[in-house]
Amino acid sequence: MSDAVGTGAGDAGARNRTGPGDADQDVVIVAYPDGPFLVRGDVAITAPDGTPVERTRATVALCRCGKSTIKPFCDGTHKLIGFRTEPQLPGDPAA
Amino acid sequence: MVLPADRGPASAALLDILSGEADAAGTLAAEVSAALESTPDIVFDDDLQLTLFCLYELHYGGIRDVSDDWEWDTALLAARGRIERAFEAALRARVPLPERPEPTAKAVAARLFEFTAADTGPSMSRFVAKKATHEQVAEFLTLRSIYTLKEADPHSWAIPRLSGRAKAALVEIQADEYGGGRPTRMHSAIFPRTMSAAGLDPAYGTYVDAVPAVTLASVNLISMFGLHRRLRGAIVGHLAAYEMTSSVPSRLYGDGLRRLGFDQDATWYYDEHVEADAVHEQIAAHDMAGGLVEAEPALLDDVLFGAAAGLAVDGWATERTMAAWAAGDSALRTPAAVR
Repeated sequence: MSDAVGTGAGDAGARNRTGPGDADQDVVIVAYPDGPFLVRGDVAITAPDGTPVERTRATVALCRCGKSTIKPFCDGTHKLIGFRTEPQLPGDPAA
Repeated sequence: MVLPADRGPASAALLDILSGEADAAGTLAAEVSAALESTPDIVFDDDLQLTLFCLYELHYGGIRDVSDDWEWDTALLAARGRIERAFEAALRARVPLPERPEPTAKAVAARLFEFTAADTGPSMSRFVAKKATHEQVAEFLTLRSIYTLKEADPHSWAIPRLSGRAKAALVEIQADEYGGGRPTRMHSAIFPRTMSAAGLDPAYGTYVDAVPAVTLASVNLISMFGLHRRLRGAIVGHLAAYEMTSSVPSRLYGDGLRRLGFDQDATWYYDEHVEADAVHEQIAAHDMAGGLVEAEPALLDDVLFGAAAGLAVDGWATERTMAAWAAGDSALRTPAAVR
């Protein structure tokens, strides 16, 4: 069913376990421009003392702007404060 | 849901057919024609929007004591198609589109974030947070219940029509909407807790008779986008705009409910959306909408149309509600329904 691009011959076991090309991607963090980090995969999120932070969904967004009211998760507040992750052009009012 | 009450000749003709009092070769086509010719504005037309809503309902959970065979009845489908074409044409003529970005995921996402942030309609969420009475909140929940009790379903029609990155993104969002495999966490199952706490009946369809045409129009719009492969760009744009205008307002709705003394179980629906839609909006903008446009650049304008039309119709519905409240009136057609 999958388009098995980039898999070598004879690694059917690895393919069944993860998927073509995914062997090193059990956990993926995606940095979205001007927004949060999205985390996919089996990773524990804890307080400094090791107390687990309750995680109720498969993919979570971690606050990157520092202003979320539900840290460590994102609540969209970055959109209200003009948070930018990308270099700004001269004259951009958000710079 | 149960059969609603008719709102004019076209919906009366349909309801007579569905309840077995007339056959499909009867007056439906003529009544729909007459209604389409005489309506001053299809978006706010009770008779036509209720007719369309009932025709769509045959594709969802069905209508109590109505045969499922009507779903694919050609006379009913013909009537649906004629109302849809007029509805779509009215929206395309009236809804201004955002400036077209480059057909890349990055540019599409940036334009959608810019467009949804600039939405200048009246803010229901700020009103609920600061001022709404308990009664107004009950009316707000009643109006929202028409969509929210089947939340996510209209967008799920798009799944088999997408492929690759856009499809994976839509399914990831929908899986979360449907509770990640836990029925009690389905968003459509959490909302009834809020309704019950407000003294409302959370059974699907209870309040169809109570809501105005424009509220039905806002749900009919999503069904129309979802049920037509031709409009797959629009359904994707609509969902993206919904996700991108949800997390911040949901926090305000939760604040309003807490201000009025609702407990944590009652605010769960909104608290859940603060966190969930901050995830979904990134996936929706970049991977679903952006991914679709990169795969099918010809759909760019429809992605923008879907986003703009969704926000426009919901904005008109909000304006109507706020105007009624400002005048000291109920926002519902039958206010007694929620007392």
